[in-house]
Amino acid sequence: MAALTDVDLVVRKGEFHSVIGSSGCGKSTLLKIMAGLQPPTTGTVMLAGTPVMGPRPDIGMMFQQATLLPWRTTLENILLPIEIREGRQASRTATGRAAALMELVGLKGFEDAYPAQLSGGMAQRAAICRMLATEPQMLLLDEPFSALDEITRDFMNMELQRICLERAASAFLVTHSIAEAVILSDVVHVMSARPGRVVRSIRIDLPRPRTLDMVTMPEFGDYVSLIRGLLDKGAFL
Amino acid sequence: MTDISRSDLGAVPTTVGRPVPTVWQEKMPLGKRLPRWLMMAVLMALFLGVWQLVTSLHLVSPLILPSPGETLADVVIVGRNLLGGDYMLGPLLITVQEVVWGFLLALAIGVTLGIIVGETAIGERAVMPYIVAIDTMPKLAFAPLFVAWLGFGISSKVALAAFISVFPIVVGTAAGLHAADENARMLFRSIGATQLQTLLRLKIPAGLPQFFTGLKIASISVVSGAIAGEFLGGGQGFGGLIRVAASQLDTPRVFSLIIWLSFVGLIMFGLVSWMQYRFVFWHRTDTPGARANRQF
Repeated sequence: MAALTDVDLVVRKGEFHSVIGSSGCGKSTLLKIMAGLQPPTTGTVMLAGTPVMGPRPDIGMMFQQATLLPWRTTLENILLPIEIREGRQASRTATGRAAALMELVGLKGFEDAYPAQLSGGMAQRAAICRMLATEPQMLLLDEPFSALDEITRDFMNMELQRICLERAASAFLVTHSIAEAVILSDVVHVMSARPGRVVRSIRIDLPRPRTLDMVTMPEFGDYVSLIRGLLDKGAFL
Repeated sequence: MTDISRSDLGAVPTTVGRPVPTVWQEKMPLGKRLPRWLMMAVLMALFLGVWQLVTSLHLVSPLILPSPGETLADVVIVGRNLLGGDYMLGPLLITVQEVVWGFLLALAIGVTLGIIVGETAIGERAVMPYIVAIDTMPKLAFAPLFVAWLGFGISSKVALAAFISVFPIVVGTAAGLHAADENARMLFRSIGATQLQTLLRLKIPAGLPQFFTGLKIASISVVSGAIAGEFLGGGQGFGGLIRVAASQLDTPRVFSLIIWLSFVGLIMFGLVSWMQYRFVFWHRTDTPGARANRQF
């Protein structure tokens, strides 16, 4: 049985897309296929004109857990993708760039701290730096902040927007939260389960940069109720 | 706002002139209030007291159980002999050699087999069942075989010591290689890591805690293996001294030799524990310092 069928979407450069749907609708499978971690049974993924046939340096990925290696310092964790792809020498020369990234997300001074010394929010910020280390053009985010408390999560979402705007990177976010999808995205794809398919793609016409108080705007409420209406009845059971 | 305590709960239970205490403390069990060293010392004193009582009431023959005093005196005698480089030192050094070589051999074979079992599908599916099958055999029964193959010298003891201690190392290594969680594996795949890179940078470090657990078990059983080898295959080691003392019904000597021998095992175990503390610094759950560090 196919997990996904008829998924056809285009993310333009610099755009932020979200995919929302009930558990088991194939969101994560879709993301893995896009990341080149899993081959699709049919169809192709194209990025910047070339088909995705495996993991690529121009694709950055982030997971629900920060997944920092406890035996490496924060800086060493951030340099890991460079060390793996280009070797130790390259990772040493990239130290300055990594330190600049850490400053960008407010982790300055924690270069030599071990992950056990970081809070949940700080660990996820380090994971953002690690994702950005190879300067990817496409960011794939699998519920990156869902393990954080709501206050930290709102803050991290705004940070994410800032980083994406600053680097003109495209992003594709998997989320369970309608509000999070609407506040961050240019386009929200609503998915339905068994088989996983995109029911509708909704363009969100709210001004950039988005701010947290936009949730009080009537348009915001309209988007949220539209999406809620499209989701399966059993979506949030 | 009405004062609930007065209006709803009725009269406040005070007896005239005596205020009801409002401060209360959690009751701590005795075992948590006393310092650890004190409890250990009391337990040791209790043990020695019962031992002394049993011997001074002549409940058992002194040939079977010597008094604590006699045993301690003999521990001192054996200690002088060992430190003075007398005739007992040679056997001890032979046993130490057997232990060290046995452990290194078990380490080399155990890690190799562990990596084969933990990293390859063939190893996991075809080799592991045989390792488990051999592990369930009574390994001491192989002692005569090792003597037949390798003679009465040190090598048959090294072989038995290694044979007995290799299994926890195999299991610890193989389990350790499976310890890295699914997220970390996915991360390594997403950054394009090769199988070798994943092994070296992820699976081996992530598996060190399990590996060292296996190593600790091995560091203790390797001494048993060497001594058993000496009991069953003769030779010049410390086990020989124990056997001779026992056959002469010199029980204080047997006890004191065992106590000195236990230091060998203790040093082995301590060395492995220290290496674990050094190399697995991110996994120090047993020290208060590490816990405080985690809450940072």
